Amino acid sequence: MKLLTTIALLVASTLSLAETPQQIRQTYAAEAAAQQAGFTASAKRGETLFRQRFAVSDKMPDCTACHTANPVNAGQHVITGKSIKPIAVAGNGERFTDPAKVEKWFVRNCKEVVGRLCTPAEKADFVAYMSEVR
Amino acid sequence: MKRLTLIALLGLALPAFADRMPLPANTPASFKTECASCHLAYPPALLASKDWQTLMGGLKDHFGSDAAVDAKTAQEIGDFLSSNAGSPSKLGNAGNPPRITQTARFVRKHDEVPAKLWRDPRVKSAANCEACHRNAASGSFSERDLVLPELKR
Repeated sequence: MKLLTTIALLVASTLSLAETPQQIRQTYAAEAAAQQAGFTASAKRGETLFRQRFAVSDKMPDCTACHTANPVNAGQHVITGKSIKPIAVAGNGERFTDPAKVEKWFVRNCKEVVGRLCTPAEKADFVAYMSEVR
Repeated sequence: MKRLTLIALLGLALPAFADRMPLPANTPASFKTECASCHLAYPPALLASKDWQTLMGGLKDHFGSDAAVDAKTAQEIGDFLSSNAGSPSKLGNAGNPPRITQTARFVRKHDEVPAKLWRDPRVKSAANCEACHRNAASGSFSERDLVLPELKR
C-alpha cells in the first residue's frame, strides 16, 4: 500500500513538474506500467514506431513524411512546405520539455498518421527514442 | 534634383508599404502555437472576417487535417482574426472553403507566376509563402524580397 502511494505521488509529481524529456518519458512509462506490469520504455521500439508505415493518410503515411528519416534534422510539412524544427532532442533542445505541448501533438499526429490515439507505452517509447537518438 | 530623387524614392517605397503586413503587437500566443505550427502565421488581412469565421467553424476538417482547438482558444483566435481581417471588397471572393490563394487579390498579385513554379518541389504548395517570400514570417511580401531564381529570369 505504501508502495502504491509512493508510486502515485511520484506520478503526480512528474505530471505537474515534468519539464525534461526524461520526466515526460517517465510520466508516460508510469501510465503504461499501470496497464502492463513491468513496462519499461524502449528507444528501439520508439524508432520502429517512428518508421512504421501506417498509410492511413495519403500524404502522411508515416512520421518520416514530415520529420524526415533522420529526426535530428529539420523536417518539412509535407502539405504546406513549412519547415519543422528537428523533433529529436539532439537537434532541438526545446523538444519534450512542455508536457501539454507534447500531449497535444501526440493526439493530433497519432490521429492523423496512425489513425488512432497512441497508447501510453507507444508515447513512452517514442520519447525515449527521440531523447536518445544522435 | 535632390527633391526629384526623393520623390522617386518615395514612389518606389509606396507600393512596398502595401506588401508589409506584420502581425499586430496584440497577436495572441495561441495564434502562433495553434496556426503557425503547420503553416505560416498568415496575416489576418489576407481574408475577410466572414471567411475567417467559416474557417474557424470547420477546424475539425481543416483542408484534410484535424486542427480543432478548445472553445476558449477558438474564441481568442477567431476574435483576433476578425478584428484584423481584410476588406471583402478589396480581397474578392475566397471560395468555400475559403482560401487565401483563391481571393481575386492573391490571384492578381501572382498572375505572372508560371504554373511550373507552383509545382516546384521547393514550393510544394501555394500555402508555402516563404518558398518565394523569404521574409513572409515577418510580414514582408515585397517583390524585392523574392528568392526563387526562376522568378528573376
